[in-house]
Amino acid sequence: MTTWETVIGLEIHVQLATRSKIFSGASTAFGAEPNSQACPVDLALPGALPVLNEAAVRMAVTFGLAIGAEINRAPTFDRKNYFYPDLPKGYQITQFAEPIVGRGSILLPLQDGEVRHIGITRAHLEEDAGKSLHEEYSGLTGIDLNRAGMPLLEIVSEPDLRSAAEATAYFRYFHALVRYLRICDGKLNEGSMRCDANVSLRPRGQETFGERTEIKNLNSFRFLERAIKHEIDRQQDLLEAGHEVVRETRLYDSESDETRSMRSKEYSDDYRYFPEPDLLPVRIEESLIQELSQTLPELPEQKYQRYLDKFQLSANQAAWLINDPDTTVFFESLTKLSGEPRESANWIMGNLSAFLNKQELGISRSPITPEQLAALIARTRDGTISKNAANRVFDRLCQKPDTSDVDSVISELGLEQINDAGELDRIVQQVLAENPEQVSQVKSGKEKVLGYLIGQVMQASQGKANPKQVADLLKSALERV
Amino acid sequence: MKPLKPFQSVAHIRKGLLSGDFSAVELAGFFLQRIQHLDPELNSFITVTHDTALKQAEQADRQLRSGSAELLTGIPLAHKDIFLTEGIKTSCGSRMLNNFIAPYQSTVAARTAEAGCVMLGKTNMDEFAMGSSNENSYFGAVKNPWKPDCVPGGSSGGSAAAVAAGLTPLATGTDTGGSIRQPAAFCGLTGLKPTYGRVSRYGMVAFASSLDQGGAIGHSVEDISLLLAAMAGFDPADSTSSQKSCESLQAFARGEYPALEDGLKIGLPREYFNALTDTGMDELFQQARRTLEQTGVEFVDISLPSTSAAVAVYYVIASAEASTNLSRYDGVRYGHRCDSPVDLEDLYRRSRGEGFGSEVKRRILTGTYTLSVGYYDAYYVKAQKVRRLIRDEFNQVFQEVDAILAPTTPSVAFPIGQLSDDPIQMYQQDAFTTPASLAGLPALSVPCGFLQQLPVGLQLIGPHFSEPLVMEVARRYQTHTDWHLQHPASIAGVTGIGEA
Repeated sequence: MTTWETVIGLEIHVQLATRSKIFSGASTAFGAEPNSQACPVDLALPGALPVLNEAAVRMAVTFGLAIGAEINRAPTFDRKNYFYPDLPKGYQITQFAEPIVGRGSILLPLQDGEVRHIGITRAHLEEDAGKSLHEEYSGLTGIDLNRAGMPLLEIVSEPDLRSAAEATAYFRYFHALVRYLRICDGKLNEGSMRCDANVSLRPRGQETFGERTEIKNLNSFRFLERAIKHEIDRQQDLLEAGHEVVRETRLYDSESDETRSMRSKEYSDDYRYFPEPDLLPVRIEESLIQELSQTLPELPEQKYQRYLDKFQLSANQAAWLINDPDTTVFFESLTKLSGEPRESANWIMGNLSAFLNKQELGISRSPITPEQLAALIARTRDGTISKNAANRVFDRLCQKPDTSDVDSVISELGLEQINDAGELDRIVQQVLAENPEQVSQVKSGKEKVLGYLIGQVMQASQGKANPKQVADLLKSALERV
Repeated sequence: MKPLKPFQSVAHIRKGLLSGDFSAVELAGFFLQRIQHLDPELNSFITVTHDTALKQAEQADRQLRSGSAELLTGIPLAHKDIFLTEGIKTSCGSRMLNNFIAPYQSTVAARTAEAGCVMLGKTNMDEFAMGSSNENSYFGAVKNPWKPDCVPGGSSGGSAAAVAAGLTPLATGTDTGGSIRQPAAFCGLTGLKPTYGRVSRYGMVAFASSLDQGGAIGHSVEDISLLLAAMAGFDPADSTSSQKSCESLQAFARGEYPALEDGLKIGLPREYFNALTDTGMDELFQQARRTLEQTGVEFVDISLPSTSAAVAVYYVIASAEASTNLSRYDGVRYGHRCDSPVDLEDLYRRSRGEGFGSEVKRRILTGTYTLSVGYYDAYYVKAQKVRRLIRDEFNQVFQEVDAILAPTTPSVAFPIGQLSDDPIQMYQQDAFTTPASLAGLPALSVPCGFLQQLPVGLQLIGPHFSEPLVMEVARRYQTHTDWHLQHPASIAGVTGIGEA
């Protein structure tokens, strides 16, 4: 029985967060009326010429520096020729021969704490095409060229990924990285990041790659993972039945959860690439590289390591937090206030993230502030409230976050822990008196029944008792019985 | 109003405007009337912009009255129909753009309007500037004013014919492989293709982006220097436009001519002269040489060995670029669209099939072929290598000489229809003009005599951005000759409009 190894390479299209398009002055704002953000250049009017947006170049170089890649000092642009109604010029301006970012690599932290080295082949600048709208026009196709000329950075990986989960972690990694670098808004639902996955299988131990298929246009982590899983199964079924995988482009249909063939590459497209004569080679000066290197923010893997070393977080916690730069900002300010990194991480990953998910809010817009969470952690630590009670305080804060400070919620709910030994002792005596049978069972060695008695005390204290203190008190009281 | 003449220099016209002999409106009216009478026969205009002309002329008159007139204020001008003119049809000589009203202004049209020029109309041209005879126009062939059964040259044939016939004193043109110089030569005019990057290509319909360059056609170097100064200069909307200062061009236009050093050296490339089959033509160049020698110029024989490859290299590169530049004409957003397409493929096929003429199709096919996998290295890459070789040879030669003198064309204007079925013969028309295009050099054609009652053009080529030098040599030549002052008698005489 052959065991198969999955080989995946990803191409991620990152929409750069420039204000104007890559080759024109038209706005890049999302959601405008169709064709209201398309100037003569985007409409490919006769005589219109592209002018490279310098901001896009800076962002691409920033990206290259962040992954330690070679920066091409004289990148050039090429034309990729094909006819399609939403490609107004009949060619896409892209970088074929001399991409702006050359070889690089990343250390990809996985949830299990393992770190994988993933090679980056290249990253190049290009323009996006427009959009064809089929639904609203019967028998006709609408063309919206607002997206035509949007700046894209296409990041091409080596075939170094080995599972759907790794591919998803890789996509997440870049989703975080580009936002750390502030070169992309990361809004997947607006198409700010999309990826194509090249998937193939080979018998484990084999050097050469199997035939691959390309799944196009995946715009969510979930779809990416499911599409790849599905494609792995499909290819495995084919191979094990003695068939061959056909090289082709496939589309993932999220509704039926399957991929289907889009076009075969048996006769390969000829894009007739050649140097774009309307643009001169770009000169990347040493001074620009210096300037951008100095302003690079702390990168995810550095943060990851710091979270392990300085904050003693678990690998899982660190990997989870660094996925989102806004989360790390929240985490770091909470930790600074609370002095409890692990507890801070627990709160963010647990209660807070569940609440924000339900509210569909990003953490930067969280109604619960780091100050409130820090107070909650402090009150738990100083014994004012139990962990259970803290959860109830959190829930109450969620209901009316801006009006209540933590201490007033605690007293409003009457959740202060009973630390007064006299009062607890009174409750203990009462519980012992009401449960003579259980008392004698414990006395005769049935230790388990002690738990029942603790429960009774906790109930009688309305949860305000400290369970450990209760157990101690009960034990010493039973000795005296 | 003093009587107007069709063939006066811009300086003379300007004098008349400034002294109030006639107004800009009267001047525009005079030329518009000549167009109306003569152009139905000549066919040099695709669109006559009567209203725009009068409006711009009125504006010019206000400036003239207020004393704020500039060098070109009120001077009539025709634009090759390749420059987008906002609100006015810009057809590029093609059925594809017959319905295309330009929604924005080209930089050249904006700058000439800013300089005060009065636009009379848009001139005929070979479709998408592809041709050397102006026979490839959807709007019909243009006649050479010197001999109406001959071509005016191309692709800026309409511009050249219009100036030669005295329908406008100045016209813009574009030159990709000779499209200003060859028609200037065929029509007895002065035409300059500036250094690549001097004049913005923004709003100029692209044929071959790495070669296309806007320029000027007129009766004399002095005239075209005025137009060039208005057109030239860096444009942030064209990434390939040069940031080089145009101060020397402005100075030239003001009449501050550069001093030429004694013993100025001009090279005579033997490859060009050896290729001349017409001894009559050769004799005219020898005459021109003697004339210039009398002004102190020294001539040396030089060699540009790769000259013979230029036409082939040019047609590979220009067609490759054209094949993709013309992809945007797909019937989707503007331009010709076929009737009731059944599907996308049909829309593309018929819109392009109907919209483009045969020469344009030939070049799209050639260009698509040379860029295809398997042929790219053999054609496009190789052509680029030879292009570099051609440029290097020029640079080498310019170490020894200040400029180069060569014939502009291998022959005088040929009869309409003579070469139209023989593209290879037609392409050979560009043998002497394509080298400077491939090297991006400024090159100018001035009239240097007649053969069979048809004008002959002499070409001066200089190093990059040496327009002032090239123009000054040509200007001196024109102070010693009167070839540029000869005009086709038949045209002027036929109607007698405006003749004193």
